[in-house]
Amino acid sequence: MPRVIELNVNGAARRVNASSERSLLSVLRDDLDLTGAKYGCGEGQCGACTVLLDGEAVRSCITPVSRAAGKRVTTIEGLEQDGRLHPLQEAFLETGAMQCGYCTPGMIMSGVSLLAKGANPNDAEIVHGMQGNICRCGTYPRIVAAVRMAGLHMKTQRRAS
Amino acid sequence: MTSELTRRDFLSALGGGVVVLCVVEAADAQESGRRARGGDARPQEISAWLHIGEDGMVAVYTGKAEMGQNIRTSLSQAVAEELHAPVASIRMIMADTDLVPYDMGTFGSRTTPTMAPQLRKAAAAAREALVELATSKWGVDRAAVQVADGRIIAAGRSAGLGELTGGQQLVHKIGADVTLTPAIEWKIAGHSVPKVDGRDMVTGRHRFASDVKRAGLLHGKVLRPVAFGAKLVNLDDAAAKQIPGVIVLREGEFAAVAAPDAATAERALSALKAEWKTEEGQPSDSQLFAYLKAHAEAGEDRQARGSIDQGLADADHKLSQTYTVAYIAHTPLEPRAAVAEWTGDKLTVWTGTQRPFGVREELAGAFGIPQERVRVIVPDTGSGYGGKHSGEAAIEAARLAKASGKPVKLVWTRQEEFTWGYVRPAGVIEITSGVKNDGRLTAWDFHNYNSGSSGAQITYDIPHHRILFHPSKSPLRQGSYRGLAATANHFARESHMDEIAQALHMDPLEFRLKNLKDERQRAVLLAAAEKFGWGKQKPEAGHGFGLAIGFEKGSYLAAGAEVAVEGGRPKIVRVVESFECGAVVNPDHLRNQVEGSVIMAIGGALFEQIRFENGRIVNPKLSQYRVPRFSDVPVIETVLVDRKDLAPIGAGETPIVGLAPAVANAIFQATGKRPRSLPMVV
Repeated sequence: MPRVIELNVNGAARRVNASSERSLLSVLRDDLDLTGAKYGCGEGQCGACTVLLDGEAVRSCITPVSRAAGKRVTTIEGLEQDGRLHPLQEAFLETGAMQCGYCTPGMIMSGVSLLAKGANPNDAEIVHGMQGNICRCGTYPRIVAAVRMAGLHMKTQRRAS
Repeated sequence: MTSELTRRDFLSALGGGVVVLCVVEAADAQESGRRARGGDARPQEISAWLHIGEDGMVAVYTGKAEMGQNIRTSLSQAVAEELHAPVASIRMIMADTDLVPYDMGTFGSRTTPTMAPQLRKAAAAAREALVELATSKWGVDRAAVQVADGRIIAAGRSAGLGELTGGQQLVHKIGADVTLTPAIEWKIAGHSVPKVDGRDMVTGRHRFASDVKRAGLLHGKVLRPVAFGAKLVNLDDAAAKQIPGVIVLREGEFAAVAAPDAATAERALSALKAEWKTEEGQPSDSQLFAYLKAHAEAGEDRQARGSIDQGLADADHKLSQTYTVAYIAHTPLEPRAAVAEWTGDKLTVWTGTQRPFGVREELAGAFGIPQERVRVIVPDTGSGYGGKHSGEAAIEAARLAKASGKPVKLVWTRQEEFTWGYVRPAGVIEITSGVKNDGRLTAWDFHNYNSGSSGAQITYDIPHHRILFHPSKSPLRQGSYRGLAATANHFARESHMDEIAQALHMDPLEFRLKNLKDERQRAVLLAAAEKFGWGKQKPEAGHGFGLAIGFEKGSYLAAGAEVAVEGGRPKIVRVVESFECGAVVNPDHLRNQVEGSVIMAIGGALFEQIRFENGRIVNPKLSQYRVPRFSDVPVIETVLVDRKDLAPIGAGETPIVGLAPAVANAIFQATGKRPRSLPMVV
């Protein structure tokens, strides 16, 4: 059976030894101890397992690890740079966009992918872009506000630089 | 904590500083504090304690569990408020049965009304003890000593909270006789302090039970019966056992596997060849309501008033209607999960549960060992909503850990969670009412079959009323849920109120006010109606407005909804909800709970329904069981009625009850058709 022996995760080459049909989620969580991405449904319906492959949000629970080989994998653990949170992480804190926090990593990764695509999405675009992520605590309006806030912030930063 | 001895050991391990033990009366100890057992019930029990270290750090020990209701933050605020210390100096040690006093569980919205005052008293007593210490050590007048921002200050001197104890441990026991700071003077409580562990949540650092890792960990999988009631007749595990590293466990009806990684465990599970004997002829959802009626017991209403016959005789109009609610699933995003580890004859389990001590008891019972040898640790949990009272995953993981001699992680799949957890009770509700031409209600005869009695009591002033709960035989395993039966009972009652108003051609707001004397109920209704703009404008074509009020677990609410119905599909456009739970402890977190409850309620109102047939759940997947998503969310406006003159009341549940009836009433106004079942079919 073919195996995946190396993954590029959060900017570093990580050695693994996983049969290629295993889910990316299980390799990240069980082999690399990157537990930020969560299991929620196993069928790509809830978005709790969302990570980025070359900047694009994917549901890692239904993504075979072989698909991640040779690509840049970004998980929630890789967003913080030198102790500085990503603007969307900051915005989640600012808007209090969580209750139990179980959906939060997946929400943030979906949001980061959305923000990378459209610089400054409006509410309808955010709702459309985040539709695949479930928050059972019902913090959706706050998450929309957080993505909007981060979008504005990133736009201002781009202008300044 | 399991015994006086270990408690003493623990206290000595804490080292110097101040320890305050909260002592509650035995009556309260039913809920928090060591449970009184048999004949050796002690009059007073310890429910919580806190320790102020010499470094000024405050450790607070409580059996309550955090699962998104933000009590880690609100309890920190309560302690910080009375100690006059920064929130950042407070560390909450929660829901670890080896470290904290017995607690019955985190349910019924009891943390804020019951646990918070005890912790506030402990903190206030600690502060006073430190003031006394400063008085004697510094030889100053008591009135000259102040505590502010975590420091004791007097006559130009200052010391950190724990400094003055000088290596000694001062132990205080406090009871009811401690003066608390009134809400009107709060500086930390009553304010929107951010979630204390928010940063761990946004960085993925927080470890939920399913994230716990141990050396040599195996992953477990349980063989589930093909249907409810199915018996395992034969198990061929030869192929599974051939897979390297796989352990197969069979104990009676229980069969499970463990393997070094989850994929191998899944492979081993599918390699098991099982033969089941199924139980045929089990009821299905299409017969549910008739089944519940057929198996109902007689009820009893100890608070009944007057005579229903008289009330109906006094009425100008009578109305009888039936309402139904389907079973729904909690669907916490973190399914049941546990990691179990045996060290010698001691068992440690990390699991997400609302009842750590209840799960400890279940585990002790399952293995026939004393509870002292079981430790249950609850990492802050990926939500529960009443769905995580039980310890199934904990027991399963512990059985596999025992058999394999290694720690075992067991995470339920979503399908297992839908199938083998428990559901919110379905129910049938029948109401017969009588009303005068002028809108005064004369009779209220209310019967709930199976779903429960919570939230059925009325705040309307009706001379003749009877509210009966008829327990029944539930085809599915049912249990607690956020607000439990209150949603069903509010849906039925507030829909029925609208039906009467409609029959009388009265405005629904005016009709409700006419029958309400309860001032708190009137206040929230008027607050919501004002914010909604009730009576100010008519809905546009295809839209409708609806109102509902609610009262449950001591708190009051009112909701107004605007719904658009297009092509038979209702879309909730706007919701206004006013909520009153005494003095508000954290306004932003309370708003978060109200908004979240409203959104969660949309699921049960419009689309959630567990379907079942012949002992099988028909829709056990998120692709088949629709929960609210981003696009379902209306504009939500919350109005918090802050009663600083009243003690704070829990708020994690009750805000869920108003949405369904307000939406039903709006759908009626939009379409002229009255939905009488949840989920609503238009």
